[in-house]
Amino acid sequence: MVYEEGFTRSLPRPEVAIRALDLGKAFGAHTALDGFSLDVGAGTVCGLLGPNGAGKTTAVRILTTLTRPDSGQAQVAGFDVVRDPRQVRYRIGLVGQNASLDEILSGCENLVMFGRLLRLSAAAARRRAEELLAQFDLAAAANQPVADYSGGMRRRLDLAASLILSPPVLFLDEPTTGLDPRARIDVWSSIRSLVGSGTTVLLTTQYLEEADQLCDQIAVIDAGQVVAHGTPDELKAKVGPDRVETITRKPSLDEVFLHLTGHHPSTGRAEPMTENTR
Amino acid sequence: MSTFTAPQSTTTTGWLRDAATLTARVLRHWKRRPGSLVVSLLFPVLMVLMFGYLFGGAMAVPDGGYMAFLIPGMLAMAMLFGLETMVVSVTTDTAKGVTERIRAMPVTATAVLAGRSTADLLNAIVALAVMLITGLLVGWTAHRGLGLALGAIGLLLWLRFAFTWVGIYLGLLLKTPESAVAVQILVWPVGFLSSAFVSPDTMPGWLGTIATWNPLSATATAIRDLFGNPDWNTHGWAAEHSILIALIWPAVLTAIFLPLALASYRRLDR
Repeated sequence: MVYEEGFTRSLPRPEVAIRALDLGKAFGAHTALDGFSLDVGAGTVCGLLGPNGAGKTTAVRILTTLTRPDSGQAQVAGFDVVRDPRQVRYRIGLVGQNASLDEILSGCENLVMFGRLLRLSAAAARRRAEELLAQFDLAAAANQPVADYSGGMRRRLDLAASLILSPPVLFLDEPTTGLDPRARIDVWSSIRSLVGSGTTVLLTTQYLEEADQLCDQIAVIDAGQVVAHGTPDELKAKVGPDRVETITRKPSLDEVFLHLTGHHPSTGRAEPMTENTR
Repeated sequence: MSTFTAPQSTTTTGWLRDAATLTARVLRHWKRRPGSLVVSLLFPVLMVLMFGYLFGGAMAVPDGGYMAFLIPGMLAMAMLFGLETMVVSVTTDTAKGVTERIRAMPVTATAVLAGRSTADLLNAIVALAVMLITGLLVGWTAHRGLGLALGAIGLLLWLRFAFTWVGIYLGLLLKTPESAVAVQILVWPVGFLSSAFVSPDTMPGWLGTIATWNPLSATATAIRDLFGNPDWNTHGWAAEHSILIALIWPAVLTAIFLPLALASYRRLDR
């Protein structure tokens, strides 16, 4: 990528890409985070799993500099989120629960605009937009207003917009909520290929199955705290057999869906759930 | 994943470029959705025709026709209408998550709001051009020369600049496009309770006083003076010093609402 302003310094990637230490945050009488601590190793995928209201989104908002913590500290990509928010912002991508896009503009105009705001030159922003549109199977819809996009297309464009600078750390806040199974599998395969290229991902989800599919590490959050942390297998061993049954039942429904509808919508290639491309 | 590089510092050029990118975004909106721009531009024209021709006959304006009195008032109203457009636009960005995405990017709050303000001033210039042409077509003219006429346009844009910040602040405060409807309704009492359509001297005393001190009235009265248009019995200190007040009011509004807008943009903690 060519930057207009001649940025050349390549930063060494810290071993721990995301570090949260004893974060606390209250909104009025409601305590959203209460001693939230988490380390995510560089190049790994960590799933933040928990019910609605457990504090997942607040944690992500603090780590992405959108909300200030009341107490505790956090570093992302080696920079403190409170003291150096600007440095953090250059190094993160964020995909929220809803697509964050300008619906009046086209997909291409969105990506070029966000690229410009990330200080790419006009030519570089356009080139990067085209690359990403092709990568996310959106080239055909590049010049259509986002208002005409389907939910799955929006989510893919949203993901693309978060990857303009190839940020070393990516936050995905319930990236597949509200998507149909096929679009969900699409987003999963995009996430897998990102991980393959070394991006650190923090993913929040309510779906155990999603965490199981994508994550190296899972942190279970409840009432604003991490209550369990480990690999999917370690956690499965901890929780009872009932939960394990839920894990195995859900993917099979998705497999049925894939089986019935046949193929990956855009590549025409089947995407078996069990394939591990990491 | 290998060549991540990040910029070293913020520069003034970078700030200007961010503001320009966000101004250009609004211009693209006009291009993509010309319909809403055209409607917003034609609405004050419709009001000129309605008030001028439907009510104008009943209005006894000394030293000139009602049209000559109405056009400056409607120019000031057109500045006020910018507020609703701004509130809708800001709340839509919040609802669609665009505000959040930009806040998570390395773009300063001042650049974001400067981009909006610049786009809004461009919108105001187009709106004024449309209204001035409408005025000339219905028989309105400026009598005191180009210099003072440009001064009047300057005062109108100065008023709009202040309303821009009120609009951005209200937009950030209200958050949802649905609540922007409230602003669309509240614009009307502000507009009518001024010297835009009739002289405050024709209103009951206390109401007339409020209307006289309305920021909209100061600008309307001041530009009537600068255009050499009829003034309809306006007496008192406020009317005699309308140009001064038309300079001070927007400065006061800006001094209050610009910092409020910046602070609430920075503090959108949910």
